[in-house]
Amino acid sequence: MSSFMDYFWAFVIGGLLCVIGQLLLSYTRLTSARILVIFVTSGVVFTALGLYEPLVKLAGAGATVPLTGFGYALGKGAIEGALESGVVGAFTGGITATAGGIAAAILFGYLNAVVFTPKTKK
Amino acid sequence: MGRPKTPEQQRYQEHVNQKIPKSKVALQCAKAFVAGGIICTIGQLVHDFGEYTLMLDEKGVAAFTAMVMVFLGATLTGIGVYDKIGSWAGAGSVVPITGFANSIVAPAMEFKREGYVMGVGAKLFSLAGPVLVYGISASIIVGLIAYIVAK
Repeated sequence: MSSFMDYFWAFVIGGLLCVIGQLLLSYTRLTSARILVIFVTSGVVFTALGLYEPLVKLAGAGATVPLTGFGYALGKGAIEGALESGVVGAFTGGITATAGGIAAAILFGYLNAVVFTPKTKK
Repeated sequence: MGRPKTPEQQRYQEHVNQKIPKSKVALQCAKAFVAGGIICTIGQLVHDFGEYTLMLDEKGVAAFTAMVMVFLGATLTGIGVYDKIGSWAGAGSVVPITGFANSIVAPAMEFKREGYVMGVGAKLFSLAGPVLVYGISASIIVGLIAYIVAK
């Protein structure tokens, strides 16, 4: 099992990434869609610069569960793919690494949207 | 991001920023911190379950964690709980991957009356689409740069 400190850092780093999102929401009037796009793209860029990997080593799910972590998985997959199998790998690597999450999002998203109807707003 | 602002819009933005009570933002940040922290801690539990109980390899654990978190986010949205979490947590519920799942289910549910193809099928990606477009495109560019640099 992970130690107490692993959970501590997962909580703190995950929380801080959400605070960055909250500051953007409160002060810049960006919509949450734009914040998601900014987070995933910065995750890819920070991973390429080698700055995100140390955060994942420290915080585990605290760094991989926020959307920057989705960018990290995409970027890491694309870099590994490119180094293993060249240009084709650069195209396949990112989606391959994130296929589980994307596939789950499509299936569970679809099923939930079909089964449930929105609650009437009070 | 966004269009360049006119001077009036900039002045308005500054005005708005002054009007937002600082304490309100601080409180909302604290809520986002706690909610985001809790969601990531649940993610760490799922991660450990995958690694130590299911004995998955590194890539398997990453995929398993993403899949379970997406399942939780999508289901909580379906039963109407995630919106309630969101109204308390703010960005704490948007930034984690559960928020990504929420952004898929919520519009698809909303537009079900427009049919199963152009309603549910298309609206699933009304918010997730941009995330995938920018994320995947950026990753391909980064991969190509890595290939050129390593050559």
